[in-house]
Amino acid sequence: MTRVLDYTLNGVTYGMIYAAVAMALVLIWRATRIVNFAQGAMAMLSTYVAVSVLERGANYWEALLAAMAFGLVAGAVVERGLIRPVENKPPLNAVIVTLGLLILIEAAAGMIWGDSFRAYPAHFSVVGLKVGRNHIALSDFDLYVIGAVVVVMFALLVLFRWTGIGLRMRASAFEPEVARLLGVRVGRMLTLGWALAAVVGAIAGVLVAPKVFLEPNNMDNVLIYAFTAAILGGLDSPVGALVGGLGMGLALSFVGGYLRSSLETPGAFVILIVILMIRPTGIFSGAVPRRV
Amino acid sequence: MLEVSDLKVSYGPVQAVDGVSFTVEDGSITAVLGANGAGKTTLLRAMTGLVRSRAGSVRYQGKELVGMAPEDIVRLGVAHVPEGRGVIQDLSVEENLRLGALWRSDRPDRRRALDEVFSIFPPLAERRRRSAYTLSGGERQMLVVGRALMARPRLLLLDEPSLGLAPMITAQIMELVASLSSNSGLTVLLVEQNARSALSIAARAVVLSLGKVAVQADASALAGDEELRHHYLGF
Repeated sequence: MTRVLDYTLNGVTYGMIYAAVAMALVLIWRATRIVNFAQGAMAMLSTYVAVSVLERGANYWEALLAAMAFGLVAGAVVERGLIRPVENKPPLNAVIVTLGLLILIEAAAGMIWGDSFRAYPAHFSVVGLKVGRNHIALSDFDLYVIGAVVVVMFALLVLFRWTGIGLRMRASAFEPEVARLLGVRVGRMLTLGWALAAVVGAIAGVLVAPKVFLEPNNMDNVLIYAFTAAILGGLDSPVGALVGGLGMGLALSFVGGYLRSSLETPGAFVILIVILMIRPTGIFSGAVPRRV
Repeated sequence: MLEVSDLKVSYGPVQAVDGVSFTVEDGSITAVLGANGAGKTTLLRAMTGLVRSRAGSVRYQGKELVGMAPEDIVRLGVAHVPEGRGVIQDLSVEENLRLGALWRSDRPDRRRALDEVFSIFPPLAERRRRSAYTLSGGERQMLVVGRALMARPRLLLLDEPSLGLAPMITAQIMELVASLSSNSGLTVLLVEQNARSALSIAARAVVLSLGKVAVQADASALAGDEELRHHYLGF
């Protein structure tokens, strides 16, 4: 019985990380209709920046801020420099560019910081909390991870629903030409979308690093899980990213627990294939018909 | 004053606008008429920078618009309600309207503009929180005209507002455009296939045919000339 509880708790914690990266993927998809396959790699790079800052004596929060700042700039630069030229071209071009960027970033990180695994501080206790006489698979650190992702999602919700910038970003994503006729600088909104997504990715990278350790490929699996989660939830839906992320976290936790941990990644692909076969638009894609 | 001079716009090898010239006086309504494919929509899209003009000029209040980006042209007081209306369906009525004025920094004036648009179009006020997707054709037309008015434009370009609308609604929209122009001095360039309703409110008319200006006349004169009407406008 406690196994079920532990797998569930474990699944929720990891699920929130997948949800955060899925959120970043959805943000970029909604803004530019592109899947950013380099999302995980960019998050990993931001986390390396954080580690470098830590090694120079900064504290945990300063390092997190540095990662977020780096993500902001990197996301903007990538959109403006690499993605803008392929935004209105056939989708395959963007796929190739983002895959190429993924390979480039992972190679660069390996060259700059080496291939070996590094530890990343958790800053909170990773010991399971005690309930009665047992330790459950939920620690202070896990609570912090869950809380942090919730805060990020809430902040994004407020931004998009309640601010002028959010309104402009949404309009730029839905109807860029109409938005331009209403004075919206659509190009800047797209850059901002990528920058924000990179910040969310950087946060996810820092949150997951203590658990999976830092090395150039550490976000590869996370990207696969987050991508599947985003598809599960319907690429257009932020709520779907959250639900999909949690779903993936739980599913993979049970697969890894009851079967074998090496079956997690294949399990994720099985889920992805099944979704694409039976409901490719995802669970939450709205039934709102679009004017063609 | 709006001056279009020898404007040329092409889509690849197709010359959609082939040397169009006309002027529009401030505060007046000018109808741009012609058959499907005559170049009316391309003309408007070129004027607001959505497509690039090959040659010629568009001068508004002395400023050259050719070469400017749409978001900058809008800041000169030009509003363009595009073909197909351009309702942003995933946003609410109020969000669509607010979007129209966001580039202006005067927040109290933006609120005032919203109240004014709601008083001109009571059905929009009733549906302010509803998703724009739920609006009928006539309500959508009201929404996009209201949205254009939010920025307090001095020049309004309307592309086929009567498209898909019942005759009664079309008449209401035309009446509204006419009163807006006469009350606030708004200059209107009205592209229409429904020539009859456009001529009923316009002062001048420009008829396009195959990308060129075929006729340029006072609206009343054109409406009264049976042969011209028949040949170019089909009634």
